[in-house]
Amino acid sequence: MSASTLIIVLLAAPLVSVLWSLLVRRAMQWVNLLAALVCFPVSILLLIGATAPRIYFEQMLYVDRIGAWVLMCVAVVYLLASFFAVDYMRHGEDARRLPNFYALFALFAWTMFAAPMANMIGVYWIGIEMTTLVSTFLVGYERRAESMEAAWKYIIIVSGGISIALLGTVLLYWGGTFVLGPTYTLDWSTLDAIAPKMPAVLLQLGFLLALVGYGVKAGLAPMHTWLPDAHSEGPAPVSAMLSGALLNCAMLGIVRFLAATDIAGHGVWPHRILIALGVASLVVGALFIMRQRGLKRMLAYSSVEHMGVIALGFGFGGLLGVFGALYHMLNHSINKTLMFIGAGSAVHRYGTHDMQQMRNLPVAMPGLAWLWLAGAVAITGAPPFGLFRSELSVLMAGWMHGGTRWVAVLFLLLLIVIFIGFLNHFRQMYVPSEAPAPEGPLPGVMTWIPMLLAVAALLLLGLWWPPLFTLWFGQIAHQLGAVS
Amino acid sequence: MVALHLSPLLASIFSLIAIGALLLSFVMLGSRWLKDYMLAFAVQSWLIAILSALMGWAGGYTELYFVAVLTALFRGLVLPMMLLWVLKRLHVNRELHEIVQPSTALVIGAVLVIFGVVVAYRIGHALDIETRVVLLALTVMLSIKLIGFLMLAIRREAVSSILGILMLENGIFLGSQILVPGMPLMIELVLLFDLLVAVTCFAVLVRYLMASVGATGSQALQKLVG
Repeated sequence: MSASTLIIVLLAAPLVSVLWSLLVRRAMQWVNLLAALVCFPVSILLLIGATAPRIYFEQMLYVDRIGAWVLMCVAVVYLLASFFAVDYMRHGEDARRLPNFYALFALFAWTMFAAPMANMIGVYWIGIEMTTLVSTFLVGYERRAESMEAAWKYIIIVSGGISIALLGTVLLYWGGTFVLGPTYTLDWSTLDAIAPKMPAVLLQLGFLLALVGYGVKAGLAPMHTWLPDAHSEGPAPVSAMLSGALLNCAMLGIVRFLAATDIAGHGVWPHRILIALGVASLVVGALFIMRQRGLKRMLAYSSVEHMGVIALGFGFGGLLGVFGALYHMLNHSINKTLMFIGAGSAVHRYGTHDMQQMRNLPVAMPGLAWLWLAGAVAITGAPPFGLFRSELSVLMAGWMHGGTRWVAVLFLLLLIVIFIGFLNHFRQMYVPSEAPAPEGPLPGVMTWIPMLLAVAALLLLGLWWPPLFTLWFGQIAHQLGAVS
Repeated sequence: MVALHLSPLLASIFSLIAIGALLLSFVMLGSRWLKDYMLAFAVQSWLIAILSALMGWAGGYTELYFVAVLTALFRGLVLPMMLLWVLKRLHVNRELHEIVQPSTALVIGAVLVIFGVVVAYRIGHALDIETRVVLLALTVMLSIKLIGFLMLAIRREAVSSILGILMLENGIFLGSQILVPGMPLMIELVLLFDLLVAVTCFAVLVRYLMASVGATGSQALQKLVG
């Protein structure tokens, strides 16, 4: 299949699911799952085929290796979350609203496929804004007071924040008019081409504003304040999509703006700022994970932490840094989805979000509890799982550059703190106790499938580095200007 | 850049419009009545529409006329009417719990404008541009943006938050008409559309908020912390 056919399929499949849910209003969970099953292999084919950056459909869409990589991460999460949604959403109170849920769910996936493919920077901005608008309704889907509060904070903070990125885009466009004249199209490849020639002050200001704006969406501290609320109050499949897929989409924008400053030769300071945000995210993540009571809130803070790790990877730069960050994107997507699936099941089983009331988990969720524990060990960066490799790679990238050595030491210390804090919560949930077994529904086979798949994938990625990745990441690092 | 070679008359008109828009954001800062915000926002949008029509005429960008009509229609008419409708449904007229008195807010706003001026002149200096209109456009763009954030920070009614967000984007619209009138038409159109969708979402949310939390002020939203 040609690349344009693949793109059409990738964008059409979720839309079919949206229409089906709205019009037929029956069996929509299976149609949604089918759409996700189609999207996953298609995204992989697209990634394999993306040998060089190319523009499709009248300048509208742009697919390069790193964009396709993010698309694949989205597709993985969409697939796993769609399996789980079948099981999880069955236990909802109001079955009549279920078609709306699946319509929004598939539309959310669609926006996350569309945004990373946008060619023009303005359209990318619109795409990211669209993801917010759609997911707000998913966050508030359960209509409890808490979820409405989370949805409201989410849309206000993120819309306000992302308008900063729009200001940055306008300034960058203005900078380009000094090179290309008053009217031109500002797309990603044009940005790279004109960056060295545009006035330095506008490029720097544009980068900073874009970093802050998209940083809000990517959940980098101190702009992360919406994230714990939104990620903890939505239905669990939605939390997985927000955490595993959406954050990467915004990170992609930051990385591309960073590449433009690299190509323009602005030196290390943009990287330093990204590193500072990364460290701040790790600190915030570590502190709030330590003393958290809400299960999904803890996972949300863990997302802040992992976005910090990815920011550090791109901030350190070089081959190792870019390799680590990209690998971490995929690992985190899979792992966080696994964690939210387990958390959603546990919340249903115990009927509470409070970790202190969840005791004796191996008895409450036989078998499944051990898969979830494997995921918890993996997400703290312990071997033999994929995240160990990617975090090690980022750590080494920091250590190799003389100037950032102390950051690498700090990074390691914070990882240890998070390891202890995170697993301590799990220890308390797993020790045998006299507590009576909870009454909630037991997770079914559609919970088992994605959890098994995720643990297997994490183990595989930890034990075996796919040789193709070396080639792809090398190309991306080259394209981003991380290596000459 | 068109703004660098404007006739003195046009340059003065542009400056006047930009300053008028800035003053209107102070009207929003200084008032407690939600209806005043709405009117100020509508007039601000009309000013921006006039600005884009004039810019289209001065620079020969015919598509800017189209943008002007849409701006006036959507931002100047449809959005304020929608928000008025929401206000009527919610029975809220004024801001009840200010964190900062309107008078203090005005002073803070003035400080923010001074900050905007300093940044604009720094940019102008780096770019070697001394044209008044350009510097003014930059100043107004940054100031309205900052005042919008101030509104978001100190106002608690849900409708005030929506207007704060809209004002953030008004600032960018105004600045971009003067600085980059050639920015592709399509993007501006989609931005307008996006705005409409956004406000629809907001309106729906406010209603849910009312139904499930029982209030539309953000001081009621304090369950999720830590």
